[in-house]
Amino acid sequence: MRDAKRMLLTTLVGAAFLLLIDNFASGYHKYLIELMGIYAILTVSLGLTNGFTDVFSLGHVGFMAVGAYTAALLTFPLEKRPSYFPELPDILKGAYLPYPAALIVGGLLAAAIALVIGFPVLRLRGHYLAVATLGFMAVVYSLLLNLEPITRGALGISGIPEYTNIWWIYLWLGITIYVTWRIVDSYHGRAMIAIREDSTAAQSLGIDTFRYRLMAFVIGAFFAGVAGGLYAHLITLIDPRAFSFVLTFNVIIMLIVGGMYTISGAWLGAVLFTVLMQVLKPVEESTGLYGLVELIFSALLVAIMIYKPRGILEEELPAVVRRWLKAGEESKRS
Amino acid sequence: MVSATYILDLFVGSFVLGSMYALLAIGMSIIYGILRLINFAHGAMLMVGAYFYIMFLAMGLDPITSLPLSMALGAVLGVAIDFFAYRPLRGGPELSMLITSLGVYIFLENLVRIIATPQPRVFPLPEFLKGVYRYGDFSVRVIEIFTIISTLVLFAALVLFFTKTKVGIAMRATADDLEASVLMGIDANRIIMIAFALASMVAALTGFLWGGMYGQVDPTTGFMPGVKAFIAAVVGGIGSLTGSVLGGYILGYAEIYSVGLLPPEYSGLRDGISFLILIIILLIRPYGLFGREVERV
Repeated sequence: MRDAKRMLLTTLVGAAFLLLIDNFASGYHKYLIELMGIYAILTVSLGLTNGFTDVFSLGHVGFMAVGAYTAALLTFPLEKRPSYFPELPDILKGAYLPYPAALIVGGLLAAAIALVIGFPVLRLRGHYLAVATLGFMAVVYSLLLNLEPITRGALGISGIPEYTNIWWIYLWLGITIYVTWRIVDSYHGRAMIAIREDSTAAQSLGIDTFRYRLMAFVIGAFFAGVAGGLYAHLITLIDPRAFSFVLTFNVIIMLIVGGMYTISGAWLGAVLFTVLMQVLKPVEESTGLYGLVELIFSALLVAIMIYKPRGILEEELPAVVRRWLKAGEESKRS
Repeated sequence: MVSATYILDLFVGSFVLGSMYALLAIGMSIIYGILRLINFAHGAMLMVGAYFYIMFLAMGLDPITSLPLSMALGAVLGVAIDFFAYRPLRGGPELSMLITSLGVYIFLENLVRIIATPQPRVFPLPEFLKGVYRYGDFSVRVIEIFTIISTLVLFAALVLFFTKTKVGIAMRATADDLEASVLMGIDANRIIMIAFALASMVAALTGFLWGGMYGQVDPTTGFMPGVKAFIAAVVGGIGSLTGSVLGGYILGYAEIYSVGLLPPEYSGLRDGISFLILIIILLIRPYGLFGREVERV
């Protein structure tokens, strides 16, 4: 009951904020906040595998790309298709879905692919898995470049209808956080964390490690796919370069700096990244030192790994706030 | 039509590319063997090495002194990176070093981008490596021969180093069992330092060869070779010297022949093909062709 009340309150406050932003923020700031929401969906869903389970995946952006291209193709205006995609396979010529359904189908396709590649790849461990998933990402990238009849190769797809707005993004961020939280806070989540801490011990207690790793991987991929669909309909132009190693690294940096063992840490990472980027970009442009932003982020990543390896938020935000309040009361009393 | 000289061209091309992958893979393998660290930053050492060479040339030194100097500076940088970024993490979870090495890669790439601008730089090849030998239709560049020979010589030297010298044997012992070797009086930090120096030196040499082959370098040059070298090391069996070299050649041949013999519209799949090989190898032989199975829970 308390949970339900709190959730309602959080939702209302969040909605009020979004209403303010939607009506008063400048176009540019609104766009940044929208992008931040998409990053947060990516980091929170990546945290499910990389943080809560011991599956350190570098392939998240590959799933995002699958979702982005799928959703973009499904909502692309039918009458423009013959001239824009002259060699489109027959099944795709008439396949049209409304935007919300296209997002979900994009996510489902990403999840289905995760299921298929998960069977072989999740048998690997630690950094072998990291590199195999990086390999998946590279294969997706190279397919996007080369499946020209469907993806238009390096040209990318432009003119995607601009359906995504701040409400869609934060609705999906809410769903992502809610689902992740329900999983992590349940029997299944405990099992995942047990696998992360000691997979042999978890197995000996009867936890099916493979099933849980696969579950985390597939659910993470679904939300990455949805984030891709949101992104495609926000930017309205997608090309393979948008889903390259750069984005992969950035998402990893956000997650680790924020704290990959907590949900709040994951989205906080996305917020920090967006804010810092905004602060540093003008510095970079005025000094002409292009690469400064990445330089600072990577130094931050290394420093975090050394001094605070669990990230900025080691505990969930509500727990941290509660402790602060308590400490405040105690200092007043004494 | 596929002619005999074309096949021969591809053969030489693969041998050269494979050699460069092999050199980088050796370095990755040495570091992995001892630290269990997949050093993503290794590719950046190639790029930095090439820039060091250009820098020494610009300072007015001749190529024969610039090359060893760039290798030495590369070794110093490698040791420094280990000292500042990896050493504080020793004993922690193995993934933390992997993540750190991603960070180090991005750091180095952007540091060079700031210092030397993102524009590609012409890589000046010394006169004695510029020539081309022609035999009818078939031609081979001197730098290609130089690359192949220096790889084979270096490989032989490293095999001798690891089997005949005291330091080399100590390094293998450390790779085998770090704790036991420390108990036997081996200074692990010193061994790790030597490993980084050696690996980074070889990477700087590879940078010279890479720059010489393609005529230019830019800050992103190191990324793909680094990733490919890692694939090569895993395919061959990471931690095994012979395995890494063979892995490098396998990858070089697979790439060049798949691009050369497939219809041109598939040539863009080149990078995808190497990763496909990696995934297949990981599935049928997770520890590589020459690797030893260590632990599998």
